[in-house]
Amino acid sequence: MSERAGVKKIDLLITGVGGQGAILASDIIGKAAVVSGIPIRAAETHGMAQRGGSVVNHIRLGSDFGSMIPKKGADIMLALEPMEAVRYLDFLKDGGVIIVNTQPIIPVTVTSGMAKYPDVQEILDTLSEKYIVKAFNADDLAYEAGSRLAMNVAMVGAVSGYLPVPKESLLESVKALVPQKTIEINVRAFEMGRRKVEES
Amino acid sequence: MTTREYMLGNVAIARGLLEGGVQLAAGYPGTPSSEIIDTLASREGRDYYIEWSVNEKVAMEVAVGAAWAGVRSVVTMKHVGLNVAADPFMTLAYAGTKGGLIAIVADDPSCHSSQNEQDTRRYAQFALVPCFDPSTPQEAKDMIPYAFEFSEKFEIPVIFRPTTRISHGKSDIELGGIPTDKPEPNFEKLLDRWVMLPKNARPRHTHLLSIQKAMEDALAESPWNSLELKPDAKLGVIGAGIASVYAKEALEELGLEASFLKIGTYPVPKKLILEMLETVNAVLIFEELEPIVEEQVKLIAQEAGLPVTVMGKAGSFVPREGELDISAFLEALKKAFDLDVEPETGSISLELAPRPPALCAGCSHRATFYSMKKVFGKDAIYPSDIGCYTLGIQSGTVETTLCMGSSISIASGLYHAGEKRPICCSIGDSTFFHTGMNSLLNAVFNKANITVTILDNRITAMTGHQPNPGVGYTITGEPTVEVSLAELCRAMGTGSVAVVDPYNLEETQEAFKAAKDFEGTAVVIAKQPCVISGKRAGIKRIPYVVDPEKCEGCKQCVKFGCPAIEFDEENKRAVITALCSGCGVCAQICKFDAIREVKR
Repeated sequence: MSERAGVKKIDLLITGVGGQGAILASDIIGKAAVVSGIPIRAAETHGMAQRGGSVVNHIRLGSDFGSMIPKKGADIMLALEPMEAVRYLDFLKDGGVIIVNTQPIIPVTVTSGMAKYPDVQEILDTLSEKYIVKAFNADDLAYEAGSRLAMNVAMVGAVSGYLPVPKESLLESVKALVPQKTIEINVRAFEMGRRKVEES
Repeated sequence: MTTREYMLGNVAIARGLLEGGVQLAAGYPGTPSSEIIDTLASREGRDYYIEWSVNEKVAMEVAVGAAWAGVRSVVTMKHVGLNVAADPFMTLAYAGTKGGLIAIVADDPSCHSSQNEQDTRRYAQFALVPCFDPSTPQEAKDMIPYAFEFSEKFEIPVIFRPTTRISHGKSDIELGGIPTDKPEPNFEKLLDRWVMLPKNARPRHTHLLSIQKAMEDALAESPWNSLELKPDAKLGVIGAGIASVYAKEALEELGLEASFLKIGTYPVPKKLILEMLETVNAVLIFEELEPIVEEQVKLIAQEAGLPVTVMGKAGSFVPREGELDISAFLEALKKAFDLDVEPETGSISLELAPRPPALCAGCSHRATFYSMKKVFGKDAIYPSDIGCYTLGIQSGTVETTLCMGSSISIASGLYHAGEKRPICCSIGDSTFFHTGMNSLLNAVFNKANITVTILDNRITAMTGHQPNPGVGYTITGEPTVEVSLAELCRAMGTGSVAVVDPYNLEETQEAFKAAKDFEGTAVVIAKQPCVISGKRAGIKRIPYVVDPEKCEGCKQCVKFGCPAIEFDEENKRAVITALCSGCGVCAQICKFDAIREVKR
């Protein structure tokens, strides 16, 4: 992790499935970074992928180049879905951190019998061979916080300890970006996600 | 203090348009360009006119009208949209403008959501029009006011070409001020400029050629091109647009001694290129898609008699297709100079299930395709078009996709070629208004015996739910005429027009049977709101469940392909998940009456 203008440079990859709220998760981090005076570049998947396709967002904190993380360049991966963690591993540094939601989303190729969904435990075991893995069911955690829809925010909470962005700024941007009625649930989900990783 | 905001590239471009004092914006939705118009439309206290036009050609012409009235206008589209708008655009280059006109044409290297990868910089070259090629979202925003001024100074339209990673990249953006003083429109009757009779067009072509050098010189001085000469470097790197930041980052990481030229405008800055060529032995050119800079560099080197080795797409140092990145640059460096910069690869071997995008749970298109297939069968031919429904390829009812609006004309061509098999084509509502109408008119006029299915989901869904002439409101939410697809088809002389609810399989299949039997061009309009926009508009349906007692595990419902239906291998029963939107089509498919609404 090189230093640029006094800011720690962190390359973060968010992977998941269209509809899980990957863009909102990256927006929360991005907005908080700007408030904290940290340069940020990000790239996200739009369009076709919103129909249940595989999505990947690149986030580069402390970078003033392009938004694309080089292969083997990401320090951390935030995987909103287990299989999608594996799909983009090329981008993660050896020994990098993966925070992964263990709740699978079964693609149409599997429901229609054309492909098989790999065993989640096998995914986690394989990942653990080369990377530091923090795994938990973020859907259940969000449900506990008040709504399964807050899964993405629980995951942002989970990664928050690794980011060069103050927790307060992240929480402010959660409050600014989630629907008004759901602020309380989302703040709770964020805190629960954060604790989950701290404790592990 | 400067204000910084976290923005999507397209939002930054919209901001640039505001800072440049735009007075009219028109466009046709297309990924990755759509959010520019969407952002301008959602702004409160607008002091500019804005519209979604029915296609890119029309949007271009609307923008031309404004520019000829002396105000600043913009037209937005994706790369393939310029093919549709190429007719007015090529001649507009001759006629020129009064008010600034920017054609924003977003390219999509790697076809993230497109049918091809064409490079819009070629169109700029073709039309002899300048092109701006931003390397970051910040630069994209900053370039726009400059591009307006440039357009006005030379009285010529300009192309602004972001790529997917600019349009859908995000960054902290430093904002500038927004002008409030804007000129009053005043159309000047300059017949020798606005009437492109041969007598007027010939001297305008001469004029267009005559200003090329002056434009090139002005652009070379602009902040969008920059040359950093390293005194001892024998290697030069030239990067264009977004590819320049990948090259720059890799060079800095490697600490390599190389002179660096960043290019952000076309015609290319010959002066700067020459300056670099005079100091280096070899130059590596890094640009996405076509070798446009590369060709120019070779010309310049040859004209100046400089023995510089030029490396790029020629010699396969840099790929001519797909998106570039830092790895591609390292790969090119390695190949060109035999440097030891290979990035390690070492992914994990685990078999993953592919996750292609699919039609949403409850999408009415799936139901329409199901009925279509039932009636027309495997033997029929199914030309289709561009929109969400192209994802229906899994239903076996999408067998051609060429360009917007082409499904009906391809169906006609197949029929007139003598195909004896039944032909049933499909097209979305927005695509029909875009360029499908012409094709239907042609099919009816020339007596094609085909069935045309208009998949009317009451919105332009794939690009993010933009209104079209069929929905009854404009981009700003203002009520307007709701054009009736059925009346339109009848007015064009279609002899058989049926409007059906695709959720009602029996009704839909009856209509398809009648259309199949009809001699001539028949239209079936399958009308049901998009499930996403429907949900937002408050449509609530009761979800369905499988009764495990009645389910025989025949998989008929699973084969329907709805993402809400899974098969429980353990119990050999179908299961409906929480994704169910309550369309009820699977209940009609089940032979065992095992699918029913959830009891309240």
